[in-house]
Amino acid sequence: MLRHYKPNGGFDEMLDKSGATRAHYQKFRGLLEEISPDDFSQRRRSVDLSFLRQGITFNVYGDKKGAEKIFPFDLIPRIIPAGEWAFLERGLTQRITALNLFLHDIYHDQKILKDGVIPPYYVLSGKHFRREFVNFKVPQDIYIHVCGTDLIRGGDGEWMVLEDNGRCPSGVSYLLENRRAMKRSFPRMFESIGIQPVEHYPQELLKMLRHIAPGGVADPAIVLLTPGAHNSAYFEHTYLARQMGIDIVEGRDLMVKDDCVFMRTTKGPRQVHVIYRRIDDDFLDPTVFRRDSVLGVPGIIRAFRQGNVSLANSIGTGIADDKVMYYFVPRIIKYYLGQDPIIPNVPTYLASEESDRKYILENLEQLVVKAANESGGYGMLMGPKATREEVAKFRGLIAADPRNYIAQPMIMLSQHPTEVAGEFEGRHIDLRPYIIYGDKITIVPSGLTRVALRKGSLVVNSSQGGGSKDTWVLYGDE
Amino acid sequence: MLSRVANSLYWMSRYIERAENTARLVETSLQLLLDMRNLDEEHVAKQWLPIVQAAGDEEAFSKLHPKATGAAVTEFLVFQPENPNSIVQCVNEARENARMVRDQITIELWEELNRLYLFVNSPEARQVWKQSPSDFFSEIKSASMHLTGIAYATLLQNEGWWFTQAGRFLERADKTSRILDVRHQTLPPRGLPGPINQTGVLEWSAILRACSAWDAYKSLNGADVHPVPVTKFLVLNEDFPRSIRFCTTQLNTALRRISGVPDGRFVNDAERHAGRLLAELQFSTVEEIFERGLHDYMDDLQIKFNRIGGALFDAYFFLSFAAQGETDFVQQEEQQQQYAK
Repeated sequence: MLRHYKPNGGFDEMLDKSGATRAHYQKFRGLLEEISPDDFSQRRRSVDLSFLRQGITFNVYGDKKGAEKIFPFDLIPRIIPAGEWAFLERGLTQRITALNLFLHDIYHDQKILKDGVIPPYYVLSGKHFRREFVNFKVPQDIYIHVCGTDLIRGGDGEWMVLEDNGRCPSGVSYLLENRRAMKRSFPRMFESIGIQPVEHYPQELLKMLRHIAPGGVADPAIVLLTPGAHNSAYFEHTYLARQMGIDIVEGRDLMVKDDCVFMRTTKGPRQVHVIYRRIDDDFLDPTVFRRDSVLGVPGIIRAFRQGNVSLANSIGTGIADDKVMYYFVPRIIKYYLGQDPIIPNVPTYLASEESDRKYILENLEQLVVKAANESGGYGMLMGPKATREEVAKFRGLIAADPRNYIAQPMIMLSQHPTEVAGEFEGRHIDLRPYIIYGDKITIVPSGLTRVALRKGSLVVNSSQGGGSKDTWVLYGDE
Repeated sequence: MLSRVANSLYWMSRYIERAENTARLVETSLQLLLDMRNLDEEHVAKQWLPIVQAAGDEEAFSKLHPKATGAAVTEFLVFQPENPNSIVQCVNEARENARMVRDQITIELWEELNRLYLFVNSPEARQVWKQSPSDFFSEIKSASMHLTGIAYATLLQNEGWWFTQAGRFLERADKTSRILDVRHQTLPPRGLPGPINQTGVLEWSAILRACSAWDAYKSLNGADVHPVPVTKFLVLNEDFPRSIRFCTTQLNTALRRISGVPDGRFVNDAERHAGRLLAELQFSTVEEIFERGLHDYMDDLQIKFNRIGGALFDAYFFLSFAAQGETDFVQQEEQQQQYAK
């Protein structure tokens, strides 16, 4: 079936430069050949239908009618050999360890600032730096409990970290559901190829949540706090709560009394000890952050400060995934661990540094510009693809607020064979593995591979026409 | 159990039950018209208006449709998005409530409800409806029964289950009372009605069919159809699953399983009203109902059902409904757009 597949140049995940199939894709290709094109499209249709039936959908904002869409799923899996995964695991573990040490430091002694490794201005001016939490001890000293780190591969296949998502990263339910769909569609492949399982993610997540429960609570009540059914990730929230067997609550289901958090049940209030919150800091507590928030729980921050309830992720982790802070992560790793980063950053220029700014403004047409705290492909300039007006607009934005912008060279993301209207073509992909930091660091061997379905597009976000693939980590290297 | 969750479970099953009852009501009315000849506009309206009244939405209907024609009434009761109680809207509401408690219900229940939702909102639904209304209605009815069956077969019979039972039987009791009331204008306001003509037999048979009661009724009363035995059967029968007494018994049981309070006592008004109503139905005769007048009696029952629903809300759900603007709510939920990251 993949006989007619021709890469468009750049790094191809399946084929090497000579056009030969890489060792870790050979078994898969062999088995795929045994499936007829009709049979293949039949399986794809049944997967789409089952996603729709199960309601594995996301909401599109501002679209009232037919607001739910299925997240397009491509049946050709992305495959990673064991050796390469071990390397990624080391790199991600190093990174989350360093980021947690960094957060602990800037919320306590701020040594890294005093030692001049990072100019204090960048941290203290960060939109997500919560000065209210300086000198506050978080349970087990863990700040980022769940991290979704976006990885990409450049033109020579070298891995790079594109960004860290240390607030409430989402997408893991798609990883789990994609795998289920693949196992239903291609059971024989799983028998003969040898793919590491992912099903234990919810158990690992629950174990971590138990680990951070306030001291002395033998059987902690754990809940998942969701913004509600209108949120785009609501499917994921209910999915994870169901898999973990915990209650899913909205802000209005909780109340605070005597600095303890309770849920409102039909039998009266019941105390809650750990909250896996999928609401941003800003909305969490109207008495501390955004006053107009109706999603949060008044008093919850006081309860957290008193140690009566634990939150995952902790407050104020957003400073670590600020795009300006990203620039400093290699220095952060060096400072706390004395190591060089195992997985490097994408080369980055800071608009607030004079020489970098000069370079950015002179080369806007070649660069990708990102706002420090935007996400989802919003607030971004893709220089080489932008119109003259867009470039001019960003020139103005950068000059007005340099702290808020960084720039990077445009990376030609690696490509992967992907089904497009019955044919297979190369499409650009990234990878988001999920890292859980509890009593130890656990990374489920897989990740969400997002794919830019539009030809030539480098934007993989679901809001911008992205889809996803199952990600197979092999037991061996072929 | 979270109050909000209990509330959603309750409404999920209420809306499913409502969709099914409306489907049966509209279908039997369409069938009935097939048996009647030479109907002019006025007579058509006479047949259809009570159907709208039975669904309890006369005011909303007259705002949208100048005349009670068959097409207008069926559109209103089946598809009309502006009618919160149209079949499609009921299915949408049931599914929205299920979505809010997705973690509390089983995958089997969710997938079936979601399938029904996708069907009624698809262009295919309109097509089926155009070609054969009865195919359309059997789709709705069988989906509803399928859902009830799945619920019985897969849900934990815990507190949440009893909230779904309370919702189902309160809705069913209310709808049976409304369907039974459809032909009250052909009866004397007070006292036992006399013999009825051929049209009357057709009309009262339609009432039985609209309650899926035809077979059960026949097995007890033979094929003789008359308002008195029909009323006795649909209100006072102890064993028929859609009779008002049966539903009230189930509702009362559900309320007591929720609170753990035995029969003969109460800890909240929902239990008090339900227990009192049940005793009344247990010790009433059909003669007393007609003495009072069927329409008055049904009206009074509906008021009692509303009161039980209100008391249930106060006792268990009220806590989670603090005074918050719904629009703020939706807006902020959406602002929390995390997947897009």
